[in-house]
Amino acid sequence: MSLDTGIRLAYLIAAICFIVALSGLSGPKTARAGNLIGAAGMSIAIGMTFATPHLGRFALIAVAMVIGAAIGFPAARLVKMTAIPQMVAAFNGVGGGAAALIALSTFMVSDAHALAVYQVVEVLFGVIVGCVSFSGSAIAFIKLQELITGRPITYPAQQVLNGIVGAAILVLAVVACVSPHTWLIATIAILALLFGIAFVLPIGGADVPVLISLLNSFTGLAVAASGFVLHSVVLVVAGTLVGASGTLLTRMMSAAMGRSLPNILFSAFGSVITATAGTEAGGDRPVRSASADDIAVLLAYSNKVIIVPGYGLAVAQAQHTARELAELLEARGVEVMYAIHPVAGRMPGHMNVLLAEANVPYEQLKEMDDANPEFQTADVALVVGANDVVNPAAKNSPGSPIYGMPILAVDEAKNIVFLKRSMRPGFAGIDNELLFDAKTTMLFGDAKDSLSKLVAAIKRL
Amino acid sequence: MNGTDILTLVTIFVLSAFLGFGVISKVPSILHTPLMSGTNAIHGVVLVGSMIVLGTARNGLEITLGFLAVVLATVNVVGGFVVTDRMLEMFKGRPAPSAKTTAGPPKPGDSPAELP
Repeated sequence: MSLDTGIRLAYLIAAICFIVALSGLSGPKTARAGNLIGAAGMSIAIGMTFATPHLGRFALIAVAMVIGAAIGFPAARLVKMTAIPQMVAAFNGVGGGAAALIALSTFMVSDAHALAVYQVVEVLFGVIVGCVSFSGSAIAFIKLQELITGRPITYPAQQVLNGIVGAAILVLAVVACVSPHTWLIATIAILALLFGIAFVLPIGGADVPVLISLLNSFTGLAVAASGFVLHSVVLVVAGTLVGASGTLLTRMMSAAMGRSLPNILFSAFGSVITATAGTEAGGDRPVRSASADDIAVLLAYSNKVIIVPGYGLAVAQAQHTARELAELLEARGVEVMYAIHPVAGRMPGHMNVLLAEANVPYEQLKEMDDANPEFQTADVALVVGANDVVNPAAKNSPGSPIYGMPILAVDEAKNIVFLKRSMRPGFAGIDNELLFDAKTTMLFGDAKDSLSKLVAAIKRL
Repeated sequence: MNGTDILTLVTIFVLSAFLGFGVISKVPSILHTPLMSGTNAIHGVVLVGSMIVLGTARNGLEITLGFLAVVLATVNVVGGFVVTDRMLEMFKGRPAPSAKTTAGPPKPGDSPAELP
């Protein structure tokens, strides 16, 4: 068996590992093993690449890999659980950037005019999609990190301008197919970077997870394109797998939010009109707030309490305290469950992960469809740092940007208690009528502090 | 780098696309994020291409671009798999309603884990 055959077989094994990994990642029991199999396949592929004939500069490659690992490992390991979404965006962006660089550098050293049109198309595809994914992910990262506002950023004629940039990219790409020049490709790359930024700016923070998933599948396609450029089967297989499964996943995620993908991408969620209308509605209307002691009594003498966790719980790292409160209530004979909205927090599954970390029994976690009928018989819905996912505007006000998103039917409970830092609107930037409801009591403060106060107050009863 | 012609690659591309659609059919919403993160790590395979570019570069510019590509792709691979594993680690102790077993050692960035 020649070395070349050996390398190809190793890449085949790696590709099989990736497929097994994807299928493993789709089931709760097999997910972790799936990820490890993927990592194993990746190690095989990378290891065998060192044996590629005519490959040199091992030291330089090793140095670059050490630098990359020294950035990636601590970033992934040390980041707070709440910041994981933006880490995923960042890791996705750099992958897209690498794919664009491969296409670009391969083009630059080849004799441009000797390239067939399809080869130029491969390069262009890698450069354009890679650049869009890179800059789009960068903006998504900045939004989630709250370095800029999470609200949609809109300006006049935005769609038109985006359309012009997009059309310019296409026109230049066609020109480049006819006469491939490096400066043309470079201009296209810059325009694609701009397009990525312009594409993501008008997308509201709450929709960013879906967007990251879309950019993830873009990066997959960019990687596949760079595989075409380099004639690398393993790149084509892995990139395409990610591109296809990522597209499907993006659709599943937007379906979980009850919205279509075009609606998320192009609706400029929370347009200027609804935003102002929302602020007026807020006004100086009275809200009822109560002390922790009052709420503790309410909870302790209930028959059934449903806890609705949201991003506020995650930021405050209040999951352990929430479990402690639930255990205290259960000890008093109160039935306690958690209602999990599919997009509570900043990413689907965010709440499940946090509550699992706090050892909340799995049976107490109710998915939205199972939880909603329970609210009718609940004495208290205890909303901990959630807002948009319980906002009745999604059901009642067709003008609202979140209209149509399935929500938790918190308004059907006999009493509603909000633990919230302030009256500030949620991530989507819209006011919540429920906060002014007669059934609603507010307990202002950091979620963890408030829960600790409730725990202490119940212990004193 | 050799001999795989364009039609073979297109064939592989089309079959992989169908496979990608087929292999994940029903995913519970709690796994959406880990799955996204896992696929994110898999496209880190772009590192293989980046290594080839750097390792076969013919001029300074290509070396620079290749070097940068290897750094970025390594961040993608390493960060991607590690962060996915960290998410999935949380699901591990799932059927353990026993109260006081904390799921794994606390990590530096995580919750301070001490209860008031």
